[in-house]
Amino acid sequence: MAEPVEFDVTEEQRALRDALRRFAERQHDEATLRRLVDTPDGFDRALWARLGSELGALSLAVPEDLGGAGGTCVDQAVAAEELGAALVTGPLLGTVGLAVPALVAAPGGAERDALLAALADGTRTAALVARLTAPYDGASAAGVTADGDRLTGAAGPVPDAGSADVLLVAAAGPDGPVLAAVAADAEGVTVQRCGSLDLTRPVARVRLDGACGTVLATGEDADRALRHAWRVGGALLAAEQVGVAQRLLDLTVAYAKERLQFGRPIGSFQAVKHRCADMLVAVEQARSAALHAAWAIDDPRVDDADLAVAVAQATCSQTAYRVAADTVQLHGGIGFTWEHVAHLYYKRAVADAALLGSAETYRERIAAAVLDTLAEDTAPPRVATG
Amino acid sequence: MSSPTTTRPASDAARVAEAARAVLDAHDPRSVPREELFGALYDAGLAWVHHPEGLGGLGLSRGLQAVVDQLVTDAGGPRMFAVNPIGYGMGAPTVVEYGADREQVAAWLRPMVTGEEIWCQLFSEPGAGSDVAGLATSAVRDGDEWVVNGQKVWTTLAHVARWGMLVARTDPERPKHRGLTYFVIDMDQPGVDVRPLRQMTGQAEFNEVHLHDARVLDAHRLGEVGAGWKVAITTLMNERTAIGGVTGRRGSGVIGEALGLWAAHPDRHTPVLRDRLAALWTRAETHRLTLARARRTASAGQPGPEGSVSKLVGAELNQDVYEFCMELLGPDALLYDDWTMDRSRVHTDPNSTVQQRFLRSRANTIEGGTSEVMRNILGERVLGLPGEPRSDSDRPWKEVPRG
Repeated sequence: MAEPVEFDVTEEQRALRDALRRFAERQHDEATLRRLVDTPDGFDRALWARLGSELGALSLAVPEDLGGAGGTCVDQAVAAEELGAALVTGPLLGTVGLAVPALVAAPGGAERDALLAALADGTRTAALVARLTAPYDGASAAGVTADGDRLTGAAGPVPDAGSADVLLVAAAGPDGPVLAAVAADAEGVTVQRCGSLDLTRPVARVRLDGACGTVLATGEDADRALRHAWRVGGALLAAEQVGVAQRLLDLTVAYAKERLQFGRPIGSFQAVKHRCADMLVAVEQARSAALHAAWAIDDPRVDDADLAVAVAQATCSQTAYRVAADTVQLHGGIGFTWEHVAHLYYKRAVADAALLGSAETYRERIAAAVLDTLAEDTAPPRVATG
Repeated sequence: MSSPTTTRPASDAARVAEAARAVLDAHDPRSVPREELFGALYDAGLAWVHHPEGLGGLGLSRGLQAVVDQLVTDAGGPRMFAVNPIGYGMGAPTVVEYGADREQVAAWLRPMVTGEEIWCQLFSEPGAGSDVAGLATSAVRDGDEWVVNGQKVWTTLAHVARWGMLVARTDPERPKHRGLTYFVIDMDQPGVDVRPLRQMTGQAEFNEVHLHDARVLDAHRLGEVGAGWKVAITTLMNERTAIGGVTGRRGSGVIGEALGLWAAHPDRHTPVLRDRLAALWTRAETHRLTLARARRTASAGQPGPEGSVSKLVGAELNQDVYEFCMELLGPDALLYDDWTMDRSRVHTDPNSTVQQRFLRSRANTIEGGTSEVMRNILGERVLGLPGEPRSDSDRPWKEVPRG
C-alpha cells in the first residue's frame, strides 16, 4: 500500500470538501450568516451539532476511540478552509482549533474523555482561555493563576468564550503550567461578551475569582497539551485564511468580469487584472504553506512542525489581509458598504491576522530558528573586491 | 484504502529508480564522460520519462523525472537540464509534440541530451519583444526549402548552437498570429551570422542572430504552414516551467547565498535587516513548497499556466534577495571586479560575484516573458478575465503599425 506523499489529496478529502461546501451553500448562506451574527450566541447550536454529528467535521483529527473520525490534521485543515470560505459561524477556533487539540494531547481520564466526546459531536462547546494574540510561549500563555484547583485571574478578549459551555484555562501554577477545565456557569466565573471587530467570531472577557476547576494536566503534560493546541490552531487558522482568501479572489474575479466601466469589463484593464493575478499568486503560496504545516503536524518526517506553522502563520495572515483589502478596493464603492459581504470577510481577515500571533511575531520566530542558528562557516557567495 | 490511483505511481517510481540505478551502475558519473552517461540514460528511457518509448522516455508521468534527476545528482552526475537547457527544457517537448517524422525527432533528441548538439531559440526580435507574434523575420518557400531573412535577438547559446527553433513569417497578408510557421534551422551555415550581445553585467550570455538568405528544409518544419504560433506556445509554456521550476532543498539556491552572506557578516546585522531576511526566507520557502505541490498535483502531459505563477514569483524573489545582499555588503556593494567581456562566463558560473548576480537579476523579470505579460497570462488564462481591446488581431500583419 502506497503511503500518501505530501500534498496528495485523497478521495475522502475531496468528498469532505464537497460535503462541507454543500452544507454551507444550503444551511449557511449569506442571509443566514447575517441573521446569526445578530443573535446573542452568534451561531446556531443545532447547526453546530449537525456539523459535529452528521458531518463529523469538528473532530476529524481526533482518534476514533476518543469519539473522533481518526483522521489527520490535513483532513481538519481541508474542513477549516471550506468552513472559512463561507464564514461558517460557531466556535471553530475556540473549540475545534484549540480546545480539541489541547484535550487530545492532554493525559487521558474520565473527565477529559467525556468532554472531548461532547465537543466532537457538537453537543457542547469550549473556548481556550489564554493569551491568544501571541505565538505559544509556555510562560506567557497563562493569563490566570492556579492554586490547586482554584483559578484566579482575567483574560481576554477570548474568541468563542461568550457562548462556551466549558472554559479550558491555561493557568500558571506553583509548579509550572496547568491546564484546567471549568464550567462557564460555575461560581466565581464571569464571562462578559464584548463588541467584536470580527462580527462573525465573537469575543469575550473572562474573569475567574477562585473558580473551582478540574485540573486536566500539569507541568510538562500541560505544556505539551498547550503547545499542541497552538500548533494545530495555527495550522487550522492558516487553512481558514486560505479559504477566506480564495473565496474573496473568486468573488473579485467574478465582479471584474461583470462590472462595466468605460464600456468594458473592469477586469480587462491591466491595473485591475494584475492585482487579481497577484491575489492568485498569494493564495497559491499561502495554500502551500498552510497544507505543509498540517502535514508537518501529522508526520514529523515532513518538517519541524513549529517552523512549518510559523511559516504558515507569517504567510497566510498577510495573504488573507492583503487579498481582503484588495477585494474592497477592486469592488470600489459597493465594497465599502454594509450591504456587500466584503466587509465581513475583511474583518475576519483582520482578526485572524492578530489571533495566535501576527505575521511579524512569527517572522521573529523564523528569524530565531533559521537566521540566529546559522553556523559561522555557512559558505558565503563570492563577493567582488574591486 | 489503497486505490489503483495511489499505488500505481509508487510502483512506477520504483521501476524508474531501478532503471536509473542500473544505468548509473554501468556508467559511473564520476568516471565516464558525460556524453556516455546521458546517452545511456536516453537509451534507457530516462532522459524524459514522460516521452514515448524510443524517444528517451517510458511514457510515464513527468513528475517521475525528479526521481532520475535526484539519483543522477546523488551519484555525482551533472543535471541533464543544465547541459543544454534550451534543447532539453523547450526543444524536446516541442519536437516530440509536433515532429512529423519520428526518426528525425529521435535523431535530434539523443545528441540534444548528451550535449553534443546544443539548441537555441530564435523567437524575439528587436521589433518583437513581449509581442513576439508580431515578428518580422520572413521565410519564403523555395522547392523543398525555405529562405529566411531577418534578425533575432536575446538568443541564448546561439554562438555554440547546432539547431535553432525558428519562428518566421510565411504570410504577411494574414493577421499576425496566423501567418507564422515554426522550423528547426541548422545554425551551421553561411546565412546565419551570430554576434555577441553585451549586457549590463559586462558579459555576453546572449546573441544577435542575423539571417541572410539562410536555408531551412521543409522537412524540418514543425506543424502546419501558418500554424507556427500554436507550436511556439508549446515552447513558451515549457520555457516558463523550466525557468521557474528548479527547486532544491530548503535554504538552497539564491536565498542560500543571502544566508551565507548573513552568517559571514555578523558585524552588519541589524534588527531591520534581520526582519527583511526572515521575510525573504519565508517567501523562498513558500515558493519552494508551491513548486513541490505543483509537481505533485500536475497531471502527466503538458505543463499548464501554473508555470507562469512560479516564473513570476521566482523572478521577483531573485531580485529582492540580491537587493538585500547588496544592502548587506555595505561598502563592498560599490565594487566590481571585471567588466571584460568573456564568453566563457555565464551567470550560472559558480565563481561569479554577488555584485554581478545582482546586476544579472534585473533580467529575471524580462526574460522568458516579462512579469507584466506573466500577470496578463494569469489574469486571462487562469482567472478568465477578458483581454485588452486590441487593434492588431484581425488586420493583415503588414498593415499593423510597428516600431
